[in-house]
Amino acid sequence: MRVGVVALQGDVAEHVEALRQAGAEPVLVRTPQALEGLAGLVVPGGESTTIGTLLARCGLDAAIRRRAEEGMPLFGTCAGLILMARSASGGEPPLLRLMDVTVERNAYGRQRESFEVEISCPVVDPNPFRVAFIRAPVVTWVGEGVHVLARHEGLPVLVQQGRLLGATFHPEITGYLGVHRYFLELSAQRARGTPPSRG
Amino acid sequence: MREVGTERVKRGLAQMLKGGVIMDVTTPEQARVAEDAGAVAVMALERVPADIRAEGGVARMADPARIKAIMAAVTIPVMAKVRIGHFVEAQVLEALGVDFIDESEVLTPADERYHIDKRRFRVPFVCGARDLGEALRRIGEGAAMIRSKGEAGTGNVVEAVRHARQILDEIRRLQALPEEELMTAAKELGAPYELVLEVRRLGRLPVVNFAAGGIATPADAAMMMQLGCDGVFVGSGIFKSEDPARRARAIVDAVAHYDDPDAVARACEGLGEPMRGLDVRRLPEAELLQTRGS
Repeated sequence: MRVGVVALQGDVAEHVEALRQAGAEPVLVRTPQALEGLAGLVVPGGESTTIGTLLARCGLDAAIRRRAEEGMPLFGTCAGLILMARSASGGEPPLLRLMDVTVERNAYGRQRESFEVEISCPVVDPNPFRVAFIRAPVVTWVGEGVHVLARHEGLPVLVQQGRLLGATFHPEITGYLGVHRYFLELSAQRARGTPPSRG
Repeated sequence: MREVGTERVKRGLAQMLKGGVIMDVTTPEQARVAEDAGAVAVMALERVPADIRAEGGVARMADPARIKAIMAAVTIPVMAKVRIGHFVEAQVLEALGVDFIDESEVLTPADERYHIDKRRFRVPFVCGARDLGEALRRIGEGAAMIRSKGEAGTGNVVEAVRHARQILDEIRRLQALPEEELMTAAKELGAPYELVLEVRRLGRLPVVNFAAGGIATPADAAMMMQLGCDGVFVGSGIFKSEDPARRARAIVDAVAHYDDPDAVARACEGLGEPMRGLDVRRLPEAELLQTRGS
């Protein structure tokens, strides 16, 4: 199964590695043409303003939005989730605006407040798993169709709306594969034409 | 239980900066120009390296008021420089909430023998290196990111190329060595043995590796990416050029699309005058910044 990773800026190689280990064939996406034939697309972590600016400059923003509206699954981590959110405070408005969530950028503080922690998410894994929050955003509001799959200290950290999956943390930094496997399952369901398992 | 300041979290921020351009700025206005152009971070400075070189004197950490004003102006991470070995300047930057500290040869060294013990800090550090041994010594001291030293403030990419190639060559050489020769290799590199083993296994540095020191054009930046660097720092190259906003944007585009010559060609077009630049071979030994700290 071919799954794309937006490869303009950010921790692209880490997502490529996670997808490969989880059994997918990763594809680097730098142009709208590269979206052809993908079962799903990862928007990586990085700087949301930079990735957003670069997406717009090469016309990928409109192309991704169109493919997502046709049903292509998307998985955004941190900056990726910010770009997918309906609205975001603390900077430029998000570019893709696909998911009914509101996020606040850098809500835990600056880099010295970045942390790693174990979280629980039974849908993804019966056991708690370790992830990193790096200058992470906080989800401050979720719309009706959005499922909160995991929380940390009461705040949503993994959210799903249909075939859209968003994490405020980075599973790819700690090498945890469960969230990518979950996303690949969503992508496989789409490829088979069955409805997503949640949302 | 939340764990802050772990190695993974420090190296993780550097991983988020990959494929990006980090720009030297001296004012909040410049910081906004950099952010609008698509910079992944800014380096808050009192003077850009070209001016430090021209004006001479002791170059120190920037005024906290200037750093705070720049931090307030942008949402992207803000880095700042401390003198080599000046751990109190580093404590000050950590107290200000700077996102990344550059222990930099561009400033006048405070200690000619020892670098900062970077493991004591929650904020990650980036350090310059000219070869693999130097890179691994800095990582051994706790650096979460490495950059080439190049020759800052010259607008001349030749030294950054030399250092990037040197590091990559030495990594390839390590990979070709039989295991029983690695301890001697570590001794000759002046590098921690465990890190030598790790580099050999990974085929790369265990932290993100950026290019820095003399990058002035989109083509310079794309070349450093094709050589295998993870991203670039641009110091004097942007705000010492004729049209900083346009050049900043062009370098960001060239780094994102570094392996697409058509895109790099478009980025290079009509940018106005680049910074004037210096021939590094004509610089007297005493004016070289790259030989500070090793």
